[in-house]
Amino acid sequence: MREALQLMSSTSSPPGDTGAQPGRTQAEPRSTPILSLRDGTKAFAGVRALEDVSLELYGGEAHALVGENGAGKSTLVKILGGVHQPDSGSLVIGGQEVVLGGTADARAAGIAVIYQEPTLFPDLSVAENVFIGRQPLRSARRIDYRAMDREVAQIFERLGVKLDPDRIARGLSIAEQQLVEIAKALSSEAKVLIMDEPTAALSPVEVERLFKIAETLRAEGAAVLFISHRLEEVFALCQRVTVLRDGKRVLSRQLEGLTADELVRAMVGRELQARRHEPHQPAGTVLEVDRLTREGVFVDISFQVRAGEVVALAGLVGAGRSEVARAIFGIDRYDAGAVRVGGQPLRRGSPTAAMSAGIGFVPEDRRQQGLVMELSTEENIALASLRRLRRHGLLFASTERAFALNWAQQLQVKFTRLSNRVSSLSGGNQQKVVLAKWLSRQPRLLIVDEPTRGIDVGTKAEVHRLLSSLATEGVAVLVISSELPEVLSVADRILVMREGRLVATLKHDEASEERIIAAGTGQSAVVDRLEEPSP
Amino acid sequence: MSTTTAPTPTLAPANPRRLVDFVLRARTFGILGVLALFVLITTAIQPRFLHADNVRFILATTALYALVAVGETFVVITRNVDLSVGSVVGLSAYVSANMFQAHHGIPIPVVFLVGLGVGLACGLVTGIITAVGRVPSLVVTLAMLYIIRGVDTIIVGSGQVVANALPNSFINIFHDTLLGIPVLAIAAAVVVAIAAYYLRSFRSGRELYAIGSDPDAARLGGIPMGRRIFGAFVLSGALAGLGGVLWATQYNTIDATAATGLELQVIAAVVVGGVAIFGGSGSVVGAALGALLLQTISSALNVLGVPSLWTEAISGFLLLVAITLDRGIQLRLAAALRRRRVHLGA
Repeated sequence: MREALQLMSSTSSPPGDTGAQPGRTQAEPRSTPILSLRDGTKAFAGVRALEDVSLELYGGEAHALVGENGAGKSTLVKILGGVHQPDSGSLVIGGQEVVLGGTADARAAGIAVIYQEPTLFPDLSVAENVFIGRQPLRSARRIDYRAMDREVAQIFERLGVKLDPDRIARGLSIAEQQLVEIAKALSSEAKVLIMDEPTAALSPVEVERLFKIAETLRAEGAAVLFISHRLEEVFALCQRVTVLRDGKRVLSRQLEGLTADELVRAMVGRELQARRHEPHQPAGTVLEVDRLTREGVFVDISFQVRAGEVVALAGLVGAGRSEVARAIFGIDRYDAGAVRVGGQPLRRGSPTAAMSAGIGFVPEDRRQQGLVMELSTEENIALASLRRLRRHGLLFASTERAFALNWAQQLQVKFTRLSNRVSSLSGGNQQKVVLAKWLSRQPRLLIVDEPTRGIDVGTKAEVHRLLSSLATEGVAVLVISSELPEVLSVADRILVMREGRLVATLKHDEASEERIIAAGTGQSAVVDRLEEPSP
Repeated sequence: MSTTTAPTPTLAPANPRRLVDFVLRARTFGILGVLALFVLITTAIQPRFLHADNVRFILATTALYALVAVGETFVVITRNVDLSVGSVVGLSAYVSANMFQAHHGIPIPVVFLVGLGVGLACGLVTGIITAVGRVPSLVVTLAMLYIIRGVDTIIVGSGQVVANALPNSFINIFHDTLLGIPVLAIAAAVVVAIAAYYLRSFRSGRELYAIGSDPDAARLGGIPMGRRIFGAFVLSGALAGLGGVLWATQYNTIDATAATGLELQVIAAVVVGGVAIFGGSGSVVGAALGALLLQTISSALNVLGVPSLWTEAISGFLLLVAITLDRGIQLRLAAALRRRRVHLGA
């Protein structure tokens, strides 16, 4: 079987091909996986989310799980984490068949999951978050706080993290929250570490640190399951890959010898053309930001966005990019400076004024800020256009539906029923709904914050095409993105922010990942990171 | 993935822990400060206020509210609320005091057990519906408020328990002192101390905070939410049951309207005491201090000759001030923590 795999390794291998194939940097071959799922099937309300999927995780190996949104990755993760119970199939951990009745069972079985959204308790201290439910005890089953502090300090030292264990978790950045989640996994001495898109919200430096930690764990013999949409990360970290498509496993093999193109083809089931940047013809200035300052957040920000132009705001997470966007749209106040739209000054601190001036804003966090999760898809799409849709002060469901249907089709939202809750859609389609909501207002200026976070490659390309065609139609587009390939492929002009200041403006032809990173971090050392040969 | 070591950015802000600690402590200090202020001003105007009898009275009346507030705190920490405690106190007060009429010479500890039992039964029902049925506690306990009061009305009928029916030894409990301190206040302090120790030092106690802090995370974290919430409601019921007996020792005359509206006073004490109404933070010590503050205010207004009609309006106003202040502190704190992060560019 091993030889067979080797032979096939130059081309993409057929579905269902698995085996105990050693990873790149592995010490000794192992014959049995730490964890294996056999023919796991799970359906929700009759819809098959997962069909006969098998997965084997080996100690000392990082295993990538990739696939488009809605392919069943999250369902698989939740089965392994004990959140969902499979309808059929068996789970074998350490040679024994187990049934995970809940998340506590999974934890007891040595599985630690870092979910897409960190699951910390904001009111509890960092140390308590690491140990909740498993605090070290002294006599009479009382919590031994001293031992807890000691152990947390040890773990943080091992991770190289400078985080005060006694502070409450509220106010931690996403990166810090993820470190706490990792500490949690370490403290439970997990044999299997599952990371569900841990890098989506991280800056390159933070990603690198996370990878070092994962690498260390792997070297210590743990199995790592890594879920990411960023293929370059998959190649950098993992030795083995499983691809899911429409709830089925289409590929499972070692990564060596596999190209990114082959992987993408397996994920989407078709050839995906790499989008090249098409320059736009910018016209008159739409947005003018003049020496905008918000104390302690950003200083002296000036730039323009012209009609028919895509401008990107790049920089590290926390550099103040989103804050600038929020100030322009009037969500946050600013202390000094001015914003003009079409030459007219825009009233500060009023999203309503921004909307009537023709600005649309797609926020970073679509679940919390972009959508009303309890409402239906059609209600969400129509939400920003209610004023135009009403007749004699009343809103008719039929008008709303026709309106929503039109936009849902234009953006190719995949939905079963428009009246279903928007929360039932996959992440990529939710993002399309947010876009539809704003595009339906036909804005002059569209601000998009992290437009493709947590979105699969197929939908990502669609969103990029969409932004580009908007610019062609004469809309001014301001994109905030932490993904450099995205910035480079979409933007005509790139503004780089660092620590609340605008530090560089790059035209598309003069921009490169290296230059953006160098400007964004203020240090050229990090640039070396990107000069690694990418597979 | 790389051979380069990028300089590790400092992820930890300077020390927000001190800030947080300070704010948390400031909450308790805040109550004590307001309390001291009230005592000082009132005493300056009317020295009688600090007379030993009056202080003892304040402490003895506080005992009931503090006791029920402890149970309420357990519930509120889990992001729930128990609106039924007033009715439970009323029912328990009547049923327990009526034992003296029904069974002459019944030992007083048995009467306390009866009160406890009544409260326990009510708490069990509320807990089961909330935790197992997963009905929002606001709805469940609102319904329980009316149901228990209705049952109370049916049992009491047009009758009532009067002071004559109660043995002196029972009535005296309210006035009994140990080393000059009312025994009820000592008992309540012991309960508060035990509850505070439990919440701090036991896993299940910390899990109550976790549940209220983020219910979804608690579910993913494998915390037995149903069991914990159920436990909180049972405790709240049981303590309200005991509170009923205390009510009987204080007021002696008990009819079907006894302790009506007490739940709001208790919730007021809890909130004034710094327990976040949306769960996740707060302490029983704070709640007990909140109860003490509200009782002190009402006594001060009384001693100063403010018409009792004003007491409720003023208590309400102070409640509003406390909550607004709390919210303001929370926002400031969040902003401070965020700003530190941005400054460091982490």
